Amino acid sequence: MNRSDTQFERIAYPVGFGLLVLLLWEISVRVFGISPALLPAPSAIGAAIAGSVPILWGDWVQTVIKGAMNGLWMGGIAGVALALVIDRFAFLKQGLMPVANFFAALPIVGLAPIMVMWFGFDWHSKAAVVAIMVFFPMLVNTLGGLAATDSMQRDLMRTYSAGHIATLLKLRIPAALPFVFNGLKIATSLALIGAIVAEYFGSPIRGMGFRITTEMGRLATDMVWAEIFISALTGTALYGLVALIEKRVTFWHPSQRG
Amino acid sequence: MTDLTTSEAERPAMQKPVIDVSGVDLTFQTNDGPIHALKDVNLEINKGDFVSFIGPSGCGKTTLLRCIAGLETPTGGTLTVNGLSPNEARKARSYGYVFQAAGLYPWRTIGGNVKLPLEIMGFSKEEQIRRVRKVLELVDLEGFEKKYPWQLSGGMQQRASIARALAFDADILLMDEPFGALDEIVRDHLNEQVLKLWARTEKTIAFVTHSIPEAVYLSTKIVVMSPRPGRITDIIESPLPKERPLDIRDSAEFIEIAHRVRDGLRAGHEG
Repeated sequence: MNRSDTQFERIAYPVGFGLLVLLLWEISVRVFGISPALLPAPSAIGAAIAGSVPILWGDWVQTVIKGAMNGLWMGGIAGVALALVIDRFAFLKQGLMPVANFFAALPIVGLAPIMVMWFGFDWHSKAAVVAIMVFFPMLVNTLGGLAATDSMQRDLMRTYSAGHIATLLKLRIPAALPFVFNGLKIATSLALIGAIVAEYFGSPIRGMGFRITTEMGRLATDMVWAEIFISALTGTALYGLVALIEKRVTFWHPSQRG
Repeated sequence: MTDLTTSEAERPAMQKPVIDVSGVDLTFQTNDGPIHALKDVNLEINKGDFVSFIGPSGCGKTTLLRCIAGLETPTGGTLTVNGLSPNEARKARSYGYVFQAAGLYPWRTIGGNVKLPLEIMGFSKEEQIRRVRKVLELVDLEGFEKKYPWQLSGGMQQRASIARALAFDADILLMDEPFGALDEIVRDHLNEQVLKLWARTEKTIAFVTHSIPEAVYLSTKIVVMSPRPGRITDIIESPLPKERPLDIRDSAEFIEIAHRVRDGLRAGHEG
């Protein structure tokens, strides 16, 4: 490629392809007479979205804001905090990392019912599932980031007789940020999955996961697809938001300099 | 392994060496067995000296510098800096250290990088600004304060790292092959600048290099080292004047000293 794409092309290509897929989908459903229960046409899904905005909004707030976001910040802060502690005391690494690895291997499907039992049907149990899911990638990425400085940079801090905190604040945390953002990107997608799936195992009568299971039971697949569409949109937007913040904060990193 | 230094008589009797290395040994324990990095190293560096350590890789020149900086601890002998142990001297912020790579933090501007040691050492805001301006001027980087390191050439980055080492005004400057990665022309230019800087600031400088012309051009004292085990094979007091234009490198005196350094290096290799 001998020239970089213009802003217009960067947006036009994916939007164009997306519309093409929707168009083929719509035509296929009509031409082959596919039952709406199996696969509703995009127009039907659009109508479902337009017709149930208050319900979808309520579900979105319940699942994304209350479940996913609360779990994300709790698990994220816990992961980063434990990384800082493990980093400070080397012996903890040997003791805690296997435990953390074990946590990472816990199947969310098995965990969710337990969390519902512990924290109730409302968003608290969903946030707990999300927190456990995002905890591990945040921990591992932060630890990796804290180890990312080379010996020369650490020696430089030693020549200033800088203590642990000063070295952390001035060198190791800034150097770790690109890794932390990588973890955060993984964590945001996990948070959304976790919040939705956790609702399959019991929830109040709202939430995206709740809606997907109940509408599926009624074979109202247009609503199921509407929720899927909105969760995909939300996931993309969250990822984009994190990437945007990352670009601002780690503008100095070779991958961001462009 | 004869110590050919003749400075004992010339040095004023009252003056104590700034850096005093006597009988220093350092053995690293590695998985492949012990490595004798330094063996019986004796050296005195006086105030205002410009001392170069020269030798092939593995001769312990960087290790010796790191010992002086308190970044490595000798396994034998004594080493004092300003009469203190290297560790105490480090805590007293007696020296600035310039590494092989500039090692500027990419998230900080040039000014921010120079400010780094000042922030850690708790200088006041006004003092930080004043000193940053002063040392950037000293290395000819005025006007680059707000640039980021990656926007500068390698030579400019290394100058910024020298400014950073000068910022807190330690009276000793330790430089570990600071220009090793730069091309010849930039290197010449920076050598000239370092000499000017040395004349202006009257600092004591210890400089590690593997370039004979660089060592001879810069130093008042050249320490020739050789490997396995790392040791000093010759110490040459340079008769060159303090004022040194670049073309001094064509003078007979310069060539003679360069010869002696080369002989020393060769003898070390055979021995």
